[in-house]
Amino acid sequence: MEKKIGVYICSGCDIDKAVDVSGLEKVATKEYKATVCKSHPFLCSQEGLQLLKDGQKNEGINSFVIAACSKRYHETTFDLGQDNMVIRMPLREQVAWVLEPRDEEGKVDEDTQMAGEDYLRMYCARVKQQKVPVPYKQESTNKSVVVIGAGIAGMTAALETAKAGYEVNLVEKSAQLGGYALNYRSLIPAEPPFEDLIPNNVSELVAEVEAQDNISIHKSSTVASIAGEPGAFQVKLENGESTEFKAGGVVMASGATPYDASKLTDLGIAYDNVISSVDFEAMALSGSLKTKEGQPVKSVLFVQCAGSRDENHLPYCSSTCCMRSLKQAAYVRELDSDAKAYIIYRDMRTPGQYENFYKKQQDDPGIFLTKGDVVGVNEESNKQVSVDIDNTLIGENIQLKVDLVVLAVGQVPSTLGDDSILNLQYRQGPDMPELKYGYPDSHFICFPYETRRTGIYTAGTVRQPMDLNFAIRDATGAALKAIQVAEMTELGKRVHPRSGDLTFMEPNLTRCTDCKRCTEECPFGAIDENEKGTPLPNPARCRSCGICMGACPERVISFDDYSIPMLADMIKAMEIPDEDEEKPRVVCFICENDALPALDQMALNRAKISPFIRFIPLRCLGGNNLVFVSDSLSVGIDGIMYLGCAFGDDYQCHFIKGSELCNERLGKVQETIGRLSLESERVQQFEVSMNDAEILPKLIGDFMEELEDYGPNPFKGM
Amino acid sequence: MAEQKGKILVIGGGISGVTTALEAAEVGYEVILVEKNPTLGGRVSKLYQYFPKLCPPMCGMEINYRRLRPNPFIQTLVNSEIESITGEAGNYQVKIKTNPSYVNEKCVICDKCVDVCPSEIDNDYNYGMDKTKAIYFSNKMAYPAKYTIDRAACEEGCSKCVDVCDYDAIDLQMQPQTKEIEVAAVVYATGWRPYDARKIDNLGFGKVPNVINNVMLERLAHGQGPTKGQILRPSDNKKVDSIVFVQCAGSRDENHLPYCSSICCLASLKQAMYVRKANPDAKVYIFYIDIRTPGKYEDFSNKVQQDENIILVKGKVASVIAGEGENVVVEAEDILNGGKINLEVDMVVLATGMESSLKGQKLPDVVQLDENGFIAPQLQEHGIISAGVAKFPGDVSSSIQDSTGAALKAIQTVVGK
Repeated sequence: MEKKIGVYICSGCDIDKAVDVSGLEKVATKEYKATVCKSHPFLCSQEGLQLLKDGQKNEGINSFVIAACSKRYHETTFDLGQDNMVIRMPLREQVAWVLEPRDEEGKVDEDTQMAGEDYLRMYCARVKQQKVPVPYKQESTNKSVVVIGAGIAGMTAALETAKAGYEVNLVEKSAQLGGYALNYRSLIPAEPPFEDLIPNNVSELVAEVEAQDNISIHKSSTVASIAGEPGAFQVKLENGESTEFKAGGVVMASGATPYDASKLTDLGIAYDNVISSVDFEAMALSGSLKTKEGQPVKSVLFVQCAGSRDENHLPYCSSTCCMRSLKQAAYVRELDSDAKAYIIYRDMRTPGQYENFYKKQQDDPGIFLTKGDVVGVNEESNKQVSVDIDNTLIGENIQLKVDLVVLAVGQVPSTLGDDSILNLQYRQGPDMPELKYGYPDSHFICFPYETRRTGIYTAGTVRQPMDLNFAIRDATGAALKAIQVAEMTELGKRVHPRSGDLTFMEPNLTRCTDCKRCTEECPFGAIDENEKGTPLPNPARCRSCGICMGACPERVISFDDYSIPMLADMIKAMEIPDEDEEKPRVVCFICENDALPALDQMALNRAKISPFIRFIPLRCLGGNNLVFVSDSLSVGIDGIMYLGCAFGDDYQCHFIKGSELCNERLGKVQETIGRLSLESERVQQFEVSMNDAEILPKLIGDFMEELEDYGPNPFKGM
Repeated sequence: MAEQKGKILVIGGGISGVTTALEAAEVGYEVILVEKNPTLGGRVSKLYQYFPKLCPPMCGMEINYRRLRPNPFIQTLVNSEIESITGEAGNYQVKIKTNPSYVNEKCVICDKCVDVCPSEIDNDYNYGMDKTKAIYFSNKMAYPAKYTIDRAACEEGCSKCVDVCDYDAIDLQMQPQTKEIEVAAVVYATGWRPYDARKIDNLGFGKVPNVINNVMLERLAHGQGPTKGQILRPSDNKKVDSIVFVQCAGSRDENHLPYCSSICCLASLKQAMYVRKANPDAKVYIFYIDIRTPGKYEDFSNKVQQDENIILVKGKVASVIAGEGENVVVEAEDILNGGKINLEVDMVVLATGMESSLKGQKLPDVVQLDENGFIAPQLQEHGIISAGVAKFPGDVSSSIQDSTGAALKAIQTVVGK
């Protein structure tokens, strides 16, 4: 459909106190041949909106440039229907509020006016390159969920999904459902007043799952392969029956295993009567506590953090061992009211309402708790165990002789086993990327279900150390996400963080050189490749960040409304003053999630910045293609800034490595810049966060000052 | 898409409520999100940074607002409260009262009204540590982006804001509105308030100047807070060079909150980092009973403790009293070394716990609180669902995890299971 451009300029919010709107109108009509250009003092009002609607109706305008406030305000006010392109030029936040306004005589500042007109050029150029997104529709979108693992988390995910009306395939590698918790003697408290152990009711959950109509259970099965994309995963099972089925979303709930206690040689594991918490649970389940020699156990000592919070074993805390030892101490007392339990801990971690349970055990006269460091474990001749403890709460070093020592061991995710659990037929490998210690977890506490493999959500102890109450909640959340991804995919929509985006990466394969940079750099492994290395896109796996677009040296990748030509045209639309005018030009690429809101906040402060800078928003700094650097320098731009989120260990990028990749790519271009006899400091990336609105003016000011020292770009005017 | 049978009401527009609303809406269900304050974001929007990455909460919140703002399935009602809920799962009748903000949707947040307003009030957003005008916009990232008037604070007959507004956005005659809606499921995501530390006699809050609580320190550290991010003590704005954090202040205590709020250890470790960054010469003491940094948060605990100027002492604080000048004196046990410690410092921070917002409130009969004021799922009929701290005291990550699951529970109620 022919593009008919309408430019609508708001002169309210002090915009006309900074720029002469008629100058902008001229740019729109004379330079960019907009079909319609109108201005209004209050564009977001009913009257203002009517202008847009009139343009649509009477002139057939289908591409709207709204030169007004930032797109973060009035997000739906300028909604003109799905078939129209509407873009927002932040005349208020990036010009009127942060540059010099008219003087007392009402004369506009020349540089402010130039900035206003330049932005209009940039956004008119931009809209010309944008297409209304054509959503990706699968032939048919499957909305069932496959759950891998049938422990507490897996069973919960399956049941909760089924109760919401969706079909489930539940895959379990062993011959029965239930996981570890099936064989606990009792369970930790799960409801107010959180004071008492609960009889083990896991078999009831198993029965509920087995009775649920829309759950197909596959026991003694592992996943042979998963291929495809959300809404169209093809799952093959390894179970002697070649079971195959489709799935819309995946929940990986393959659990964890207890830490191998045999490694705890310093804690006396070799002795008869030193056992792990796993073995103690089994012993308690049997109903009688006996030493290896068959004698009744009258005293049990629990060593907390056995092989945890320890560089030599597991550096992390497994969250569950404090409550578990309190539970097991309660077993000791239940099974023999004369028996005593000792718990030697570093910190008692019974958060939230679990505190009530801790308090109750503290009140039991047969349970002794003390902070302390276990410095020696030795076997006595009668096979009792003597434990030396330093730094106790009573201030002395003590020695306790007990019948049985239990080492409270932590947990290790199933991903550290030898075999792949998912067997993804993806170019980037069969497994979920792991964050730390083998856990395929989200790096973001604000989005615990953020996943590096679109449509696949981890839940339960495979994701992070947790107890079963937490795992039940975790699995319920993961089930929601697995359902949601299929529903969104059916509508052609991307999921978090660009939820609702209808675009996806589309490579022009005729110019592709099979360099594999996109297939390697995609943080989500969304792009597969054939034997030659040619990318095979999976649109439903795409998160629309544009990192692939930035990576591609041939510039073949684009999105319907976000592409290299679009951004390059924005750069080339800028008017670059001659060298002798002494008006430098800096282009500043900003990440939409961190830098843009920070700049908007800075604008709310009315902080003034240099009028020589032009901001260009990117979905993610990872969309930075090095052609932007060469284009900018060749048109005579003097400096290039990038403002985006922090990278490194505590990275902030919700696309995992966008700002990091930008930084890496810029590192490569520094050399080239040097060879052109340009100062490499003309191109700099800065890490900014949402909290940095107050420091941005200085950050920008310092860069502009530094730039002055280098003088104008020698390629200006060439 | 699953057949739409009914709507979901989410009460509370903090991180938990917003999450539940978004997650349900993106599966295709209609949600009404009700928030009592003029803007969304709750307690999280007031934090400076999250542990463990020391990253800004508004980063994640901004992504949520971007999802929320254009989503046609979510209707957001701010300045609104629930008057009544009757009915049963699948069919609740709800009365919602919307209090007037006196500013309508034409507001462009241009700030002109604030300049001319003659009345000042304590700034609730900064826990009373500074003042704001009677017409205000709580913070620069707030959504909905419009001002509110605390009408009770207005001068008699004044209409300066109306006169200066170019957009006709102020309506001093705005009236409260009530509406009745029918929903299939109700999610309480009402969050928490800081425990009132004035009730803890021996810790000096409200009596001794320069004794504050953890949420107040968060505002002091924030660049948009009352001291623009400098850690200055309230009574004389002196830069804080020595500080004591008192853990479990009014928590794990039968006389106050018997439970543990899960986050205060992590919050104090984080805030110790704030202080050390703002004042590289500062010395920080943390008096604790147990350091609760479970799971992978252990790494964060280790990292913070590497700083030699952050000193952790196991021991209860017996008293906090005024010292010389504006200083504060802390007397505490030092359990591992045996004996007591006496410290005179610039400022003391009480790491107070989270109390459910619902505690003590008159609630519809369908809602049952446990003895600590939390909504326990086991005590509710299945159409009344809780999310986040309304259910249990936990950190942001668990609240969001829980709220995501709560969306599914709500959907199950809607589809009739």
